Amino acid sequence: MASRPLLNIPDRDLSATRMKVVRATWAAKYFRRFDRGAVLRIAEAVAGAGYERAAHYAEWAVRETGYGVVEHKTLKNRFCTHDLLDHYRDLDLITPRVDQERKIIEIPAPAGVVLALAPVTNPVATVYYKTMLAILSRNAIVLSPHPLARECSADAARYLAVAAEAAGAPSGLVQCIEEPSVELVEDIMASDRINVIMATGGNAMVRAAYSSGNPALGVGPGNGVAYVDPSATVDDAARCLVESKSFDNSILCTNESICLTLERNRGNMERALRTAGAHICNAEDTGRLRDRLWTNGRFNPDAIGKSALWIAKEAGVRVNDATKVLVPVVERPGQDDVLFREKLCPVLALTAALDFDQAVTFAAQAAKRGAGHSAAFHGNDQNRLLAFSNAVPVNRVVVNAPCSQGAAGFATYLPPSFMIGTGYAGRSSVGENVGPQHLVHWTRIAFGRDAPADLSALDFNALPRKPVPVAETRVVDTPGPELTRDTLRTMILEELRNLKGGSG
Amino acid sequence: MFDYGYFSFASKEELLGKAAEYWNPGKVSFWKDAGTPMVIDRREGYRLYDMSGKCLIDLHLNGGTYNFGHRHPELVEVLKSGLDYFDMGNHWFPSVTRAAFAEKLVRTAPHMKYAIFGAGGAEAVEIAIKTARYATGRRKIISIIKGYHGHSGLSVATGDDRFSKIFLADRPDEFIQVPFNDADALERELKKGDVAAFIIETIPATYGFPMPEEGYLKNCQDLCHRYGARFISDEVQTGLMRTGVMWGWQGYGLRPDIFVCGKGLGGGIYPISACLVTEECGQWQIEDGAAHISTAGGSELGCLVGHHVLEMLQRPEVASNIEFVARFFAQSMAEMMARHTDIFRGVRQRGVVLGLEFDHPEGAVAVSRALYENGIWAIFSSLDKRVLQFKPGVVKDVELCQEIMDRFDAAMPRARQLLDRMRKSF
Repeated sequence: MASRPLLNIPDRDLSATRMKVVRATWAAKYFRRFDRGAVLRIAEAVAGAGYERAAHYAEWAVRETGYGVVEHKTLKNRFCTHDLLDHYRDLDLITPRVDQERKIIEIPAPAGVVLALAPVTNPVATVYYKTMLAILSRNAIVLSPHPLARECSADAARYLAVAAEAAGAPSGLVQCIEEPSVELVEDIMASDRINVIMATGGNAMVRAAYSSGNPALGVGPGNGVAYVDPSATVDDAARCLVESKSFDNSILCTNESICLTLERNRGNMERALRTAGAHICNAEDTGRLRDRLWTNGRFNPDAIGKSALWIAKEAGVRVNDATKVLVPVVERPGQDDVLFREKLCPVLALTAALDFDQAVTFAAQAAKRGAGHSAAFHGNDQNRLLAFSNAVPVNRVVVNAPCSQGAAGFATYLPPSFMIGTGYAGRSSVGENVGPQHLVHWTRIAFGRDAPADLSALDFNALPRKPVPVAETRVVDTPGPELTRDTLRTMILEELRNLKGGSG
Repeated sequence: MFDYGYFSFASKEELLGKAAEYWNPGKVSFWKDAGTPMVIDRREGYRLYDMSGKCLIDLHLNGGTYNFGHRHPELVEVLKSGLDYFDMGNHWFPSVTRAAFAEKLVRTAPHMKYAIFGAGGAEAVEIAIKTARYATGRRKIISIIKGYHGHSGLSVATGDDRFSKIFLADRPDEFIQVPFNDADALERELKKGDVAAFIIETIPATYGFPMPEEGYLKNCQDLCHRYGARFISDEVQTGLMRTGVMWGWQGYGLRPDIFVCGKGLGGGIYPISACLVTEECGQWQIEDGAAHISTAGGSELGCLVGHHVLEMLQRPEVASNIEFVARFFAQSMAEMMARHTDIFRGVRQRGVVLGLEFDHPEGAVAVSRALYENGIWAIFSSLDKRVLQFKPGVVKDVELCQEIMDRFDAAMPRARQLLDRMRKSF
């Protein structure tokens, strides 16, 4: 038998995926009529299910991708369940709003079908997170996993889909592309049945989403600068930095890339970092790390999400077994050293400026590589904090907290998010932490300024709500023409009445 | 100018003239008089384009032939790929496509043993009747009044005499008809002990999809077996997932001895039909395998397309979509009926098989015309013109379904007007 088939066969995966999108449009049609109670019930159920298996999928993700730390991924997964729901529980994207004074009524219009890309770095947390957002905003979601994290992402998506449906969601509300390939995803991204793309992942994928012709929410890469002002308690700052850089082996794009302080504070900083569990590299070790992590100016992907010990061993840097973070030291801030670029691994470049002005100038330059993303500030000088935040082109500055977690909403009151909007500076349409509100637009009914408007008697319950659940394939029998006609009509009219009266 | 390269027509009028002159004057004038003078030119998905450029959403689907829509890209790809290797094949010999397709078909109905191929539904019915006669050694075939199973010699004799008498093809001695939903009438005939088979469409299409009463079909099947006759399910319009399961009889808990499928089996791009038989019925294939032969029956290209049609229908996404489409129309039609209750009197539905009942003996003719004027093509039931056949395809999407209902609603005033006019002229 020939090794290749004699006939060409159509792309089964593409065809199946297109049908999934069609299914999603059906699910979206029904889901957008669900009331707040029904939506929250589904969200609760999905959050509960997700929490239950957070550790299971964390272990699976690390096993499948080789990135990150099980314990931390578990936290991240959990974070996208009850914590996320608690954050958004009171954000009502379902009930129409009435502004009596300005004579404006707003009716929510969910996007419809969301195509959500899940990156290899956060393959399950992203599935959890985007699914929760879609549910809270009454959208259907088709998830597209990264090929290298396909199994855990797809399994998690299927698992959440079952939980959602068991809680009353329409079938097809949460689906996953089982066999993602670049061509397939590009084809689906351009489908006119997709209403919005949530793109997280490599820059190429994000740009492809923006080029698809469909509306997209994409995010750019980060390169977080953490400035430690002499007004900071260095031990606290160092603890934050080590905690953040070792969190899931720095796989979050919100992690600090550079620790920047002032020359006079450098000794303190080194000591504090060492105490917190970092290994401060001498010039040789710094060189070894640079060579191991970059080849011809390109970051070596095999180091992504690996532990400090693994990287140290690979680079030939001798460290003690308790080391959580490697700190190469670049004496003077500048633009040319590759160590000042984004590092999705627990390697934090330490440098020191002569004064605050130079520090701000450097931070602003370094942050351009991660424009619109995140930076951190440690210290108690609020004026410097403002000056720093004003100068550095980022959309969030985390203060006196670990940036990995802080910018994503763990350790701060920012919205919990695995989509960190990088805004116009970072070539993104959204500049804040993406939430369910980004997946809903509003129909605004506006009266003339001088026209009288009585908005007191509006009956939103008259709007079509959750339809009566209909049996899978409903059968209406009319055996004899005359005999049962009236009975049938009565039946149907009755059903219609129920349909109108009973909002779910 | 309609220049197709191989031939050309100056206008739709010229074409209609030529069609009447060389092809079929009766059909040409019939559609003209009905107010639906369609000449299908381009076709894509579930849309048809008349030569005038007018676009129509197809809800006729030729009885399910276009279950997947017109020229479904995946099926076209399969056929094109097949043409690089196969042709119709030689019916005398075993072939890879026929064996593979037969196996795939039989696996959808495990109590069956063989799949015997034809080129169209009537041919498959022909095989079914011959098979039943062989298995029982009896001649008589019972069908229902207003039943329909095709236009060939044996199949046409089972149906309405409109189609048989004109050709002197009625055979009242051998072909008996009993009323639908009347198992007693069937039993009276079966009791005579000379009946080979009872053949019935699981939901009779041409009769306007009246629904079988609870237990009726099962009762008929049991009666056949009690009196030594075979039970034949005609699945030409109800098969291929159109009632929500692969074969309509599966949804009624039946185990027919023989069943027949066609139309959509060839995906609307290559004609093929099949008759599936149990081991007991199929013994003639052992006694004389060439007792029935057909040059075009089971052509290899048709088998390849049919094989893929089944594969597509077995996909969970397709099954789920059918559920959505069925549910959508159940709900939408109930609403529509409430809005137009004066003319729209009933809905018969199972899966994506729907019959819509209107308040006039020829009500569906008027509604068909009103819908045509509003961009929808749906045909009345030939043998019960009160009923409009409404047949959505299995991969219709939500937008299109909504558009259909919007157009339907817009067409109702016109339908009302046409019906009033008909009532006055009666």
